[in-house]
Amino acid sequence: MIPELGHFALVLALLLALGQSWFGLLGAARGRVAWMRAAETSVAGQWWLLLLSFAALVWSFVRFDFSVAYVANTSNSLLPLFYRIAAAWGGHEGSLLLWALILASWSAAIVFFSRQMPLPFRSRVLGILGLVSVGFILFLLSTSNPFDRLMPAAPEGRDLNPLLQDFALAVHPPTLYLGYVGLAVPFAFACATLLEGRQEVDWARWARPWTLVAWLCLTVGITLGSWWAYYELGWGGYWFWDPVENASFMPWLMATALVHSLAVTEKRGLFRSWTLLLAVSAFSLSLLGTFLVRSGVLVSVHAFATDPSRGLFILGFLVAVIGGALTLYAWRAPALQAPGGFAPTSREAFLLFNNALLVAAAGLILVGTLYPLFMDALGLGKISVGPPYFGIAFLVPMVPLLLLMVFGMHAAWKYSRLGTAKRPLLMLLPLALLAAVGLILAGYDHFSLAAFAGFGVALWLMGSSLVAPWQRRDRWRSLPAGFWGMTLAHFGVGLFTLGVTGVESYRIERDLSLAPGESATLMGYAFRFDGTREVQGPNYAAVEGSFTVTREGQPVTVLTSQKRLYASGGNPMTEAGIHVSPRRDLFVALGEDLGAGKWSMRLQYKPLIRYVWLGALLMALGGLLATADRRYRVQLRQEEGQPA
Amino acid sequence: MTPRQKRIWMVVGIVGGVGLAATLALQAFQDNLMYFQSPTQVLEQPIAGERSFRLGGLVEPGSVTREPGNLEVRFRITDNVEAIEVSYAGLLPDLFREGQGVIVRGKLGADGLFVAEEVLAKHDENYMPPEVAESLRMPPLIKQVEAGGA
Repeated sequence: MIPELGHFALVLALLLALGQSWFGLLGAARGRVAWMRAAETSVAGQWWLLLLSFAALVWSFVRFDFSVAYVANTSNSLLPLFYRIAAAWGGHEGSLLLWALILASWSAAIVFFSRQMPLPFRSRVLGILGLVSVGFILFLLSTSNPFDRLMPAAPEGRDLNPLLQDFALAVHPPTLYLGYVGLAVPFAFACATLLEGRQEVDWARWARPWTLVAWLCLTVGITLGSWWAYYELGWGGYWFWDPVENASFMPWLMATALVHSLAVTEKRGLFRSWTLLLAVSAFSLSLLGTFLVRSGVLVSVHAFATDPSRGLFILGFLVAVIGGALTLYAWRAPALQAPGGFAPTSREAFLLFNNALLVAAAGLILVGTLYPLFMDALGLGKISVGPPYFGIAFLVPMVPLLLLMVFGMHAAWKYSRLGTAKRPLLMLLPLALLAAVGLILAGYDHFSLAAFAGFGVALWLMGSSLVAPWQRRDRWRSLPAGFWGMTLAHFGVGLFTLGVTGVESYRIERDLSLAPGESATLMGYAFRFDGTREVQGPNYAAVEGSFTVTREGQPVTVLTSQKRLYASGGNPMTEAGIHVSPRRDLFVALGEDLGAGKWSMRLQYKPLIRYVWLGALLMALGGLLATADRRYRVQLRQEEGQPA
Repeated sequence: MTPRQKRIWMVVGIVGGVGLAATLALQAFQDNLMYFQSPTQVLEQPIAGERSFRLGGLVEPGSVTREPGNLEVRFRITDNVEAIEVSYAGLLPDLFREGQGVIVRGKLGADGLFVAEEVLAKHDENYMPPEVAESLRMPPLIKQVEAGGA
């Protein structure tokens, strides 16, 4: 009964989404206030219905309703409650339902928080979001209904993939979706602007906090995924240039570009049509990501079960959304005029380079991701593009981006002027290079030019981001949140660069065969294998290998790594043992019994790897701070007092 | 320098930088293109010597051997018609099993032994890499794979 209720709520939500787009777009076109109000009511109704629908799905998981095909496929009676709830988005159908719910939540948030926007504009935004919502709910109902029943009911479920039974992975998809779907908001703003032929750039100010929140969710989501892959996949890597990772990274790059170009559009009224195009592209890439993941055209660790009809539907949807938006853009964008110009080293110019480089990075990654698909589709053989390509393709635009960033954040609007920041920046360069040499000499066994350059740039960038707050130290309290957000995010970029440089230059990975009592030494850390024992977990049995780590005879830690066999069957799973410190991670993964008393194992030394994620989280935190900037809210309060 | 000269230099710099970047990226692209072959294709038109490629198929049941205590493992990858002997010294992925679809990346030696640098097995036991599913020569297996993908 409950699943049918969920299904029914979903159908009603579809009708309301249709209503939302109809009343939203037509109401604004004909200037009928009642219709525009009706669009808002539809949003609220749709949100409640989707929430009900999702709650019905979660309820089916909590109550072990294995007569629901999706529940039977992704959970079983031994699964703990927390993971039963998380299993609701552990498969294709449920994750799409969550997607639809999140989209409705964004729409509802716009109704609730964006009262300062003129009614027609807001209702166009809601209308566009309604169209996207219609597409997704139709997709759910026609090809991926999570409420489909099994006849007869399964006596037992098949279990959630053990890899997904993990905290970070339970929260990774919702966060990532918040970001992915959140990019629909700037997309809708852009479409509404084009539809209206709006000449003012006030929309950029309205769109900024929304874009920032979507961007920061995307940042956190990608970071969580990377962290999870590191400790759970048992490989010790943090980024694989896997096509599905690329699918989330390309929208991130575009969204980063958008965050910066919106600033130019808001403050200076420039880059108008470019910003609109970026908003359209960012969401298009996030839809493309969905297509790549859901249609199964890609070989990936993330690929769910494949079904050609799903792929076709998303492809059609993709063509409709991107084609529609680009047509609108081609039709309306030429009417937009940009006032004034800017000097070659003004802030606008730096942000222009920022955009060009970020988009170039996204483009190069897109080429590498899609090229194999085209070759295959044209029957020219099955090829793949190796990770080293992506490494170089990413580095090529990133190096100039980092260098420009050092100066860019101090540049003034409109004029070529670095002001008082120029001297400290130039003085910081030798300091940063000296510190880089010191870091290498103190921490590592050999000198590497790449590490020297990477550390140098990272430290220079971190120093540069602190120059402005230092110079304004007597009036910290009066500095706007947006300033602190920028400072923190750019400092995060530096920290991230530091981490990536360290781990890429000095990591050590070794696959070994050891008998109990034998040891191996990595960077001065001696790992002694102490043998294995049997361990019983709540829904698995495991063999646990234990390792004593010492450094110059001093004990450092005891690490354990498990090879788990889940009761629901399937293949074994590795749980890695990790010791964290600010300087490095030590990582052990137990392999298999090789006979003759020996075990295979992977030992790793990962310098500075924590700063990769810490840096990314600081970027997100910076975004959050910037969202809290007073001027977005002051605006709100002032206009609330006025009659609408 | 006059503003005009400044602008010209800037344009030259940008064009040069973009050209250099494009060259680097293209070079990296060329170097990292990797072909996928099934055992039958390897025997028909081998990519010998220096170039790495990816070989995919099923791990032939009963073919996995190793000397006790030795990290190096040998197995044969088959498409149900031909089989290639593979050697790998390293940790096998958790999903590596006889009869399972895998992709290995490495080079083919002159002696016909494929030396793998990496072994990939996918993370869902019901999921088969599409390349592997397509390259298999036995229709019932492909059906089974498709049915298992639900």
